[in-house]
This record gives sequence, structure tokens and C-alpha cells, in this order.
Amino acid sequence: MTKKEFKVLSPTAILGYGFPEASFLRGIEQKPDLIAVDAGSTDPGPFYLGAGKAFTDREFVKRDLKYMICAGVEHKIPVVVGTAGGSGADVHLEWCRQIIEEIAKENNLTFSMAVIPCDVSKENVKIALDEGRIVPLAYVPELTKKDIDDTTYVVAQIGPEPIIEALKDGCDVVLTGRCYDPACFAALPIMKGYDPGLALHMGKILECAAIAATPGSGSDCAMGTLTEDSFILEALSPDRVFTCESAAAHTLYEKTDPYHLPGPGGEINLENCSFKDLGNGRVEVKGSKFVPTEKFYLKLEGAKCIGYRTISIAGTHDPIMIANIDKVLQQVKERINVLSGDNKRSDNLFFHVYGKDGVMGSLEPNPNVKSHELCIVIEALCPTQDQANTLCSVARSTMLHYGYEGRVSTAGNLAFPFSPSDITVGKVFEFSIYHLMDTKNEILFKHRIEKYEQGTRK
Amino acid sequence: MKRNITEAAKVIRSKNAGPYELTFDIMFKTKEYFEHFKENKVINKKMFAELYKIPEADIMTIVWFAPANAVKVTIKRPISSGAPGETDIYGAQQHAPLFNIEF
Repeated sequence: MTKKEFKVLSPTAILGYGFPEASFLRGIEQKPDLIAVDAGSTDPGPFYLGAGKAFTDREFVKRDLKYMICAGVEHKIPVVVGTAGGSGADVHLEWCRQIIEEIAKENNLTFSMAVIPCDVSKENVKIALDEGRIVPLAYVPELTKKDIDDTTYVVAQIGPEPIIEALKDGCDVVLTGRCYDPACFAALPIMKGYDPGLALHMGKILECAAIAATPGSGSDCAMGTLTEDSFILEALSPDRVFTCESAAAHTLYEKTDPYHLPGPGGEINLENCSFKDLGNGRVEVKGSKFVPTEKFYLKLEGAKCIGYRTISIAGTHDPIMIANIDKVLQQVKERINVLSGDNKRSDNLFFHVYGKDGVMGSLEPNPNVKSHELCIVIEALCPTQDQANTLCSVARSTMLHYGYEGRVSTAGNLAFPFSPSDITVGKVFEFSIYHLMDTKNEILFKHRIEKYEQGTRK
Repeated sequence: MKRNITEAAKVIRSKNAGPYELTFDIMFKTKEYFEHFKENKVINKKMFAELYKIPEADIMTIVWFAPANAVKVTIKRPISSGAPGETDIYGAQQHAPLFNIEF
């Protein structure tokens, strides 16, 4: 029997990036079977997971969610939101849940919501480590118990399974902690019997919404339509189209190997995948396969606090200083070691020299500075904020008045755009867990259900 | 005569592939350019390592992806994203040396 088409509306690449109302309404007119959005990424770095903060703005997250949840409730379309709060730890999940509660209240909505926490207890990670069920990903150091202890929140990227359990309970809205991006798009169609390879590959593209169209945009909507043996992509703004090339190109994005996309419990295999232009900006994709792995691995993520940062931003326009910049910076570091009576003090000091190698650092292939001016960001990274403030201050004043060899301009070496010149940045985090955990095929993440009646949580 | 890669490629970019890897995509303007680069192995571990002054062992994979007329090179990130000494959290501005490739 040929299955009916299954339509998934993806409003935006990241919850909180926004989308045009007209595109969203065009999507709703097509009567989608699911509205789904991915809210997360590790791209903005370790701070947001480690500190339990969202990297998107609350107002805009609420704005996006209001459209999605109001339309979902009105038209009885399930809404799935993955990786609440950007990093998907319990603290992020609660942040996003409160936003949804506000929306329910302000719009007198009646619906049921499943909330799926995805934190893994440190105890369970340690047990898995002892039992040899933790595998580092490429270039990631072996996990230690100290790393686990130092990590603030440990999250697991869940696959479609826990979302399916929530949808089976008839929930209208599903809000998850850390979630494999494609899973929030793929869970409902997989539950309804659609091919997991196609559903996940479609989710992989839809999670970035119209970024995979051309011209691409992270803040515009896209629609994916699953059929028995293919899926079809279309943009929901008349300004954009999907082409074979844009869809295929997106498959490369942020991945190690475009033919093999690993995820929870297996990989999407694209070796026999084909893209066909259907005209009118629509592209049909066939042949994507889901290949389960023997063991069911989930990816764990975590970050640990490694200290506090203070920075100062300065510039130089002096040709003699610019010509000798490496030497000057080295001598400033040595001077700081002497001043502080600690010959390792300057290990906590980083100079970001824009106009030289500020962008590429160790990968910079061009040793010659051609700029007529340089921006120097002085960064102090120390165990306490006070220490970072002190080190940044001393580095700034030392560099400002340092009498480097050949100096002609003796009034000051740096131009500061701001007063105060030093900026206290706060806690600094580093990724400490980025490992696979063999879950022994257990579904570890259970949802809880919240019911809202006329806006009131029951 | 040697020609510059910008004649043949329409996209040259870099990005994190997770916090521990950096991945580079070159998408060619036509199937012909893609085939030419692939057959002649214009992009290879040796040249890439020289371009970025990294050991060949730090190059994880070079994958030719025909559906997008593209080649993808993934390398070990010098440090994990956001670690002390970071210069580019997203890894999105590490592509410029690729503009020097000739064919």
C-alpha cells in the first residue's frame, strides 16, 4: 500500500533565529503533519553548555515558539522542539519550558506537553567508564573520572526513540533536552512507519531550515514531504528555491564525511543517495539508508570551568613596533614574569594580534605582517577573576609603556578605544566530555507530561 | 598555464565538524572541474599539509562527494573549540589559504 505523504514544517534553523510570518503561514496552509525545530548546537563553543546559559535571545525564542505552538494547537499539528535552550541540559530545558508555560497562559491554550530531560548523571557515566562503555570521538582525549567530576552538566544527544514514546502518549508538544538534530523531525514519521533513513536524512536537511535552499537563510522556513521511497524539499518563501546542488551541498555542512552521517544508534548512509530536480524549486531525494550499529551509542557532551577571563582591546599604528611585534610581545611576557615573581605567569596570557594572525593562530601560513595598524586583544585567563583582572591590568600597563628596542614614540605604545580599558568577562569553559556511551540498548530518557487547560498548568 | 582555484570553485569554506575537527569544503562550478580535480588529485594530503603547515597525520579524511561536485577535507582542530588560545570558535574563517591552490 502506498503511504500518504507526510509533511514536516521547519520554521527556522535554530529556535530564536526568527522567520518571516508569511513563510510560516504558507507552510501552515499546506496542512503539515508535524512542526519541528532544532534549537541547539555546540558551535557557539563550550560556554553555553558549561554555564547553563542559552545562546539565543529569550524574546525571540518566545516569538518563534508562540507561532509554532499556537498554530500547532489550533490545527492539531504535533510540535517537537529539540535541544531546548541551545545546549539541552536540564537548566536549559527548564528555561524553555517556562517560556512555553508563559505562551500557554498568555494565549489560553489547551494542550499536553512532554518534557524529556537528557542529562546523564555523573554516577552513570562513571559506571559506563568502568565497564568500558565509553569511547572517545576522534581527537578527543580519553575520559577520566576527574573530567566527569569537573563537568557541570553532562547531556546525551538522544535519538528519535524517547520522542516516539512521548508521541505515543498523545502529547501535542514535545520539548527535549539535548537531541540529535534530525531526530525531532524524524521521530513522528518513523513512528508512523516511514523509512528511518529517509526521515533522518530529511531531518538532517530540515534542521537548518532554509539554509539548504538557495539563496540560503537560517531564518526562513522550509517544508519536507516524505513519501514511501523519497522525500521532497521546498522553500516556503518565493525568494528561495531548493536545487539538487543546494540540497547536496548542505549534506556536506559541518560533517566529517558526507557519505556517512553517524548519529544515535547508527548512521545515515548516503552512498546510494540521489537528488532530482522536480522543478518549481523542489528537489526529490532518494536512496538514503539508516544503518544501525551493533551497539547503541549515544553521544555525551559536557564542559568544565577552567578559570576566569579579563580582556583589554588596544591598537597600534607605530611602524617600528609593528615590524617587531613578535619580539615586543615576547619581551612583555618576560617582563610580566619578572614583575610577578612567577616565571610561568605569562602562560595565562594570550595576545590576539589582528592584522597578523589573530584569526588563524597556529594555522596562519603567512608570517609577514602587511598591515599598517594592528589590533591587539590582551587576554588573561586565570583560576580566579581577581587574578585575571590583575594579570590583564599589568599586561596592559606594561605593554603601554614598554621601551622596546628602537622605540621613537615614547608617550605610549597602545591606542585604547574604551575607558575602562579592561573588560571582565567571567567564567571560561572548555569541552571536557565529547564521547560515545554504549547504552546497552536501554531507553534511558523518560518523558514527563504537563497538561495545560485554558492556559493553566494542571 | 596554471590557473587559480577560484576559476573552478564557487564555494570555498571552513567550519567546525564538532568541537574537535575542522572541515573544509570546496564546491566546483561544474562536473568537469570536479572530475579534473579528482582525477588529478589536485587536493591531496601532502599539499594540504603544506598549505596549513600541519603534519599529514592531522588530516583525517579527504572525501570526493559527487552529488555536490565537492571535495571535503577534515583535519584535527589545533585545539578544541573554545579552549585557551582559541581564535575562531566556529572555525568559519580558516579557509583563506585554499585561495592559493592552482591547477
